[in-house]
Formats: sequence, C-alpha cells, structure tokens
Amino acid sequence: MNRIDIAPVLAGLLLLALWEGLTRFFHVPTVILPPPSAIGAALGDRGPLLLPAAGVTMGLALTALAISIGLGTLVALIFARIPLLERSLGPYALVLQATPIVAIAPLVIIWTGIENPRRAILILAVIVAVFPVLTSALAGLKAVDPGLDRLFRLHKASGTQRFLRLELPTAAPFLLAGIKTAAGLSLVGVVVAEFVAGTGATGGLSWRLVEAGNRLETATMFAALFLLALMGLALHAVLTLIERQMRT
Amino acid sequence: MPGESPIRLSATQACVRFGPLDALGPIDLTVQAGECVVLLGPSGCGKSTLLAALAGLQAVASGDVQADATNGSDIPGVVFQEPNLMNWATAQDNVALPLALAGMNKTARLGRAQKALKRVGLGSFATAYPRTLSGGMRMRVALARALVNDPSALLLDEPFAAIDELGRRTLDDLVLAAKRDHQLAVLFVTHSVDEAVYLADRILVLSPRPGRIMAEIAVPNMPRDPAFLTSSAFAEAAAAARRVLSAQLVAA
Repeated sequence: MNRIDIAPVLAGLLLLALWEGLTRFFHVPTVILPPPSAIGAALGDRGPLLLPAAGVTMGLALTALAISIGLGTLVALIFARIPLLERSLGPYALVLQATPIVAIAPLVIIWTGIENPRRAILILAVIVAVFPVLTSALAGLKAVDPGLDRLFRLHKASGTQRFLRLELPTAAPFLLAGIKTAAGLSLVGVVVAEFVAGTGATGGLSWRLVEAGNRLETATMFAALFLLALMGLALHAVLTLIERQMRT
Repeated sequence: MPGESPIRLSATQACVRFGPLDALGPIDLTVQAGECVVLLGPSGCGKSTLLAALAGLQAVASGDVQADATNGSDIPGVVFQEPNLMNWATAQDNVALPLALAGMNKTARLGRAQKALKRVGLGSFATAYPRTLSGGMRMRVALARALVNDPSALLLDEPFAAIDELGRRTLDDLVLAAKRDHQLAVLFVTHSVDEAVYLADRILVLSPRPGRIMAEIAVPNMPRDPAFLTSSAFAEAAAAARRVLSAQLVAA
C-alpha cells in the first residue's frame, strides 16, 4: 500500500489550526499551553540541544531492544528445550513483569547506576522489553506443526536442522509481533528510567524534558514530547515494514 | 505380478502397545518391490500405527518391522493425512526438504525437486507458496516430496481422504505410476473400499483393535483405467472386502 490516506492529515491540520486559534483568541499563557507555532519555534531554537538528546535516548532504546531480542529468544529456547525450567521459573518471571517498572527503578539505580546511569537505564528498559519477546518466541517455538515435526523425525533431522528449518521459521511471525511490542516498551523503559535516575549524566531526551519543566519552558517540553512520539512512530513503522516484507 | 521381486517392507509378529493398551498385532506382512498392498479396516484398528511403525516413527513392543533398500534412500517416502507443507517455503523448497536434511547442496536438490514436481504435474508451480495451491495440488506437492529421494518404499496414510473425487483419482494414478516406474513397494492405508480395490495388488483387511489381519483379498492384475472401475473383477474384489468388513460389524 503506497497510497496515504489524506483524512488523518487533514484532521491533524484542522486540530492544529484550532489549537493555534483558540490559544491566541483566549490569550492562554504559553506556560500553560503554548500554541503550535511556539512549539515549532522551540523545536527550532532548542533543536541543537534536543536532537542530540533524542539521539541518546533512541540509541539507548535500540540497544535495550537488541539486548531484549537476544536475551528473550535465548531464554525462550532454553525454556522450550527444558520444560521443567519454564514450569519452575515462569511464575517468577511473571512477578517481575507484573511489578511496575517505576517501583523497581530506584533499586536498580542504587545497585548498578550510581556510577553508571547508562547501565542502569539499559537494565531497566530490558526488564520491560524482554518479556514480550520471551513469551512470543516461546509461543512460536511451541507452534511447530506436529505433522512437520514427524516429517523431520522421519528424515532424521539434526537439532540444528530442526532449529533452522522448522522452529525458527515457525516462530518468526510470533517473534516479530513480540518485537514490535518490545520496541515501544524499550522506549518507555528508557524514558521512565531516565526520569527516575534523575541525572543528566546520560543526556537523554527525558532529562531535557524534566529540565524544561523545571524552567517552565512549556513549549520546549512539547517539542521534546513531539520528538519522543516521532521516535516511537518511527520504530513502529520500521517493524511494520519488516513484517509486511516477511509476509510476501 | 511381482513374483520373485525383493521384499521391501516387512513386519514379523509385530505388536504395538500404548501403555497398557494393545494397539496392534501381532502382524505379519510383506510388501515386494513393485507391489501395492492396501490396509483396509475400521477406524482405530491400528492401520496408521502399523504404517508409522514401518516408517520407523513408532517403536514396536515386540516382533520386528523392517524397511529395506538395495538402492536409493533407506528412508521410505511417507505421505500423511495432511500435506504438512512448510507454509513459509515454495513448492520446490518443500519438495527438496528431504534432500536438504540429507545434506545435498542447493542447486542439486532444487533440480531434483523440479523433476519431482513435473512428475506430479506441477512443473509450473515450483515457486508457488502452499497457500496459493488447492488442496489436491498441496497433496501432490507432498507426494513429490515423498518421492524426491528415490525411496524403495512409499507409505501413504489415508492421504487423499479430504480430496474431491476427481482429484483423488489423479492422485491414485500418480501413486500407481510411481509404483510402476520405480518398482516401488507401496503400502496404502485407506477406509475407502473402492480406492483400495483400484490401487491394490493385495488388500489386507484388519480387525478392530488390536488390529490383526483378518483376510487377504487378491485383486486381479488388470490395467487400472476407468474401464476397470466397471469391470466384474473390480465388483467382485470390492464385494469380498465389504463382506469381511460387515462380518466384523456383526461380530462386534
């Protein structure tokens, strides 16, 4: 599908115009709600500050995503091979997953992040992002067609052949769906961890967001938010593209 | 008729148990090269279990099963009830799978896969994905895959039950052609009396569980064409098979 639906573009422009008009008409203070034009100006003014920060955050999110994909797939493989391990550890993984990351963050930062905030942020983002990879990979590995499994046994396939020719291709669509969720979550994880770390040492975008908030530069906050949303969308778009590529 | 042909498939006093349950046997059975033996019997009598045992997919509790090969692959070709194709791979990649698992290089195996596809009339569908093929075509891909490594024996487990009448006849004819051209030993499991008579040199009727051979019906060696279906030989063999099957119903 190369055609872009024009309706949401028009709706967006209309809403922006409305926003601009109403804030101007009612003289809403820019500290409370800046008009889109002011946000655009902030984006231009603060661009040299915000863009590198966005790069740092995106870099951290992508690193966390890569670690999550590797770790999640590896653990899924181990669980699939040794069901006893899944049975005994699965419930605790669920506990970790169910605990809000914001609540775990201060602990992780005390343990690992006082001298190395980057490491603490990565660990936290991985804790959030690894689970969708793990569960989807595990579901995928278990989805192997029993008939094909029988055929592989008939032809005395080795473990490696089974993995490369049967398990991996079966699990791929599942895994990709999990990675899509994980991509969004790794970004969330990095942003939350940057907030909680409360240090500008990594120079991430959420630190700039906090900083702008402290200075009541609301337009800059919106500009940072805009960039964050853009990054999330970009991640999603890239993965959707890969997914479509795989389906054809 | 294959009189002196070598025996490709054999079962000697073979029994299969599932836990405390006697599933099959004892069974004695041989299939010669160039011969088609059809197993006919009520559902749950262990027909599929016997086939799995001969394929080496099911251990026997006692007795012995053997699939021999003097030339070609010692792994028999097997077609199951479902086509069991890899939906992420093209028809030729699916057909080439047994060769890939045996370690053959890509060019060689794709060449042989294409030949096998031509043999089942799917030469122009080599790069088609399974989801774009009809049920009958998918089964033909599965048949090509079973034949691609030149096996000595072909085992078919109610393979064409879900295919329409005409498609089924096409597939049956492909099995007969493979048997004739390659001196294959064919063991075919079905619950359809007509299909059994059409394909078989010998029909073995199995009893309800634990399956044993109740009767052996020889089908006259005549060309298998539409005329055969309306011949008296066909009618007599079918009637004989039905008699044995109904006798079981009465006994049960």
